[in-house]
Amino acid sequence: MSASLHVEKAGPQVTVQDLGRSGALAFGLSRGGAMDRMALFEGAALLGQDAGLAALEMAGAGGTFRAEGACRIALTGAPMRAQTDGRALTWNASHELEDGAVLEIGAAERGIYGYLHVGGGIESDMVLGARSAHLAGGLGRALAAGDVLSVGGGGRSGQILPSEERFGGGRVRVVPSLQTAVFPDETRARFEKTEFRKDARANRQGARMDAEGEGFGVDGGLHVVSEVIVPGDIQITGDGTPFVLLAESQTTGGYPRIGTVIPPDLARVAQAQPGAALRFEFVTLEEGRRLTAAWREARPGLKPQPLVRDPAKMTDLMSYTLIGGVTAGDDLDQES
Amino acid sequence: MTDGFPRIDSAGTDGLLVRFSGALGEPANRAALAYRAALDAEGIEGVAETSTSLVSTFLRLDPGSDPGAVEERARTLLDSRNWTEAPLPAGRRFVRIPTLYGTDRAPQLAAAAEAAGMSAEEAVRQLSQARVRVTTIGFAPGQPYLGTLPEDWDIPRSAELAQVPAAALVVAVRQLVLFANASPTGWRHVGQTGLRLFRPESETPFVLRPGDEVTFPAVDEAEFSRIEGDDDGGADWEDVA
Repeated sequence: MSASLHVEKAGPQVTVQDLGRSGALAFGLSRGGAMDRMALFEGAALLGQDAGLAALEMAGAGGTFRAEGACRIALTGAPMRAQTDGRALTWNASHELEDGAVLEIGAAERGIYGYLHVGGGIESDMVLGARSAHLAGGLGRALAAGDVLSVGGGGRSGQILPSEERFGGGRVRVVPSLQTAVFPDETRARFEKTEFRKDARANRQGARMDAEGEGFGVDGGLHVVSEVIVPGDIQITGDGTPFVLLAESQTTGGYPRIGTVIPPDLARVAQAQPGAALRFEFVTLEEGRRLTAAWREARPGLKPQPLVRDPAKMTDLMSYTLIGGVTAGDDLDQES
Repeated sequence: MTDGFPRIDSAGTDGLLVRFSGALGEPANRAALAYRAALDAEGIEGVAETSTSLVSTFLRLDPGSDPGAVEERARTLLDSRNWTEAPLPAGRRFVRIPTLYGTDRAPQLAAAAEAAGMSAEEAVRQLSQARVRVTTIGFAPGQPYLGTLPEDWDIPRSAELAQVPAAALVVAVRQLVLFANASPTGWRHVGQTGLRLFRPESETPFVLRPGDEVTFPAVDEAEFSRIEGDDDGGADWEDVA
């Protein structure tokens, strides 16, 4: 029997997201996709499936979802309080959702974007080669109460992964990019020394960085012919304020870019809550590419461990192997 | 070419940008379009997708590709001919997009005309007769940049941003932009059209293409109210090349 998730209550911005689209950049539509791409790989590892499958991205808070038909889910990204029918669910883990179960996901405790993955992925319509909503581009929309989502089916539950810390701001590495050289050395040095605070007006398109003191503009209102924007570009607007451009960035821009956040650190910007401190640090292009390649190579190798539950709640303690790492990893799938 | 162009630079960790000029110009725009078409035809391994801006061509690299190897292939192709002599792309159309100039639907016509040093009537005459070309599609889905207008229209962007609706026709720096979505902009809102530029549910989701030639003939309010509810906004097309 195929399962579906019924949205009974949706947080302020719950959208279907995957790894985004390729091929529409030339027509002004940026790749888009999940704000925290690592979270998609974690969800895929927990469910034992492909990272390209679609999940729900929940900005700030989740919602209430009712399962029609049993399915498996995983919860990743910004930790949120989650429970099903009064039972608390571990974050960064996969679980069984019984037919009729009601899953409630509250506000983010740290970070912004939490993810609800389902076994087999969310099977919403493909548009231009992907299922991702692209809100800035006018493609798709945030979910609302009454929406019904088809679930692909399959997957495994009872798995847990350690969560890579990326929810509290911190150090963000940047490579020089197309216009870095037009910024004086002094401006770049001051940019690296400045502690920025993420502005509350951030969205899937970009995040404004606030700081005390002088801005980072270039003398004489530099005129740059419009050129491509890539996710992670740090655009300096006319008043000298940096904006980090994120998943749904515009595809071209005429403001100079002081540098580009490397892909492994972009989720740190996206996930930082308003007011969180961020600091930018230049690395060479070669170093940035090396760090990015290492990060990408590690993602498919994520190895979840069996989720060892509170023994008091286990009905048949002796049937579980409680030493992590020695089981096949699927012995908790048959939860009663 | 002079001034160190064309040149190849990195854009982030995963991109290469081939720039044909440091300023807007017709030959460099044609070069960017033709070079992108040649890149796509060659199908270089490690390139995920390509795009153009006004005077540059972008290559997004596949994760895991070797940037050095891709750059070498891109440079060999770049050096193989003088791209600024390339013809315009094939499959171009001539598109007429009916436009309501001024009124409360496009409130910056008077300010734009003044900046260009002419009366509002003269501004409408010039803008409605100009045959411009789509130089690039970008910023937002399906959104065209069109050029090039006469010298008088080399007016700066306004420092103050104003909110414009979808399908707004705006002008600055000898170019027109037709907005795909509602957006804040420093460009002056001189006309309103009814053309829906991005249709994700359609087989042709993006209505305009680089190289298309476009005019924005003036219509009155009565005619505009008749056509604006339609996705095409009364626009018509014919093939030119």
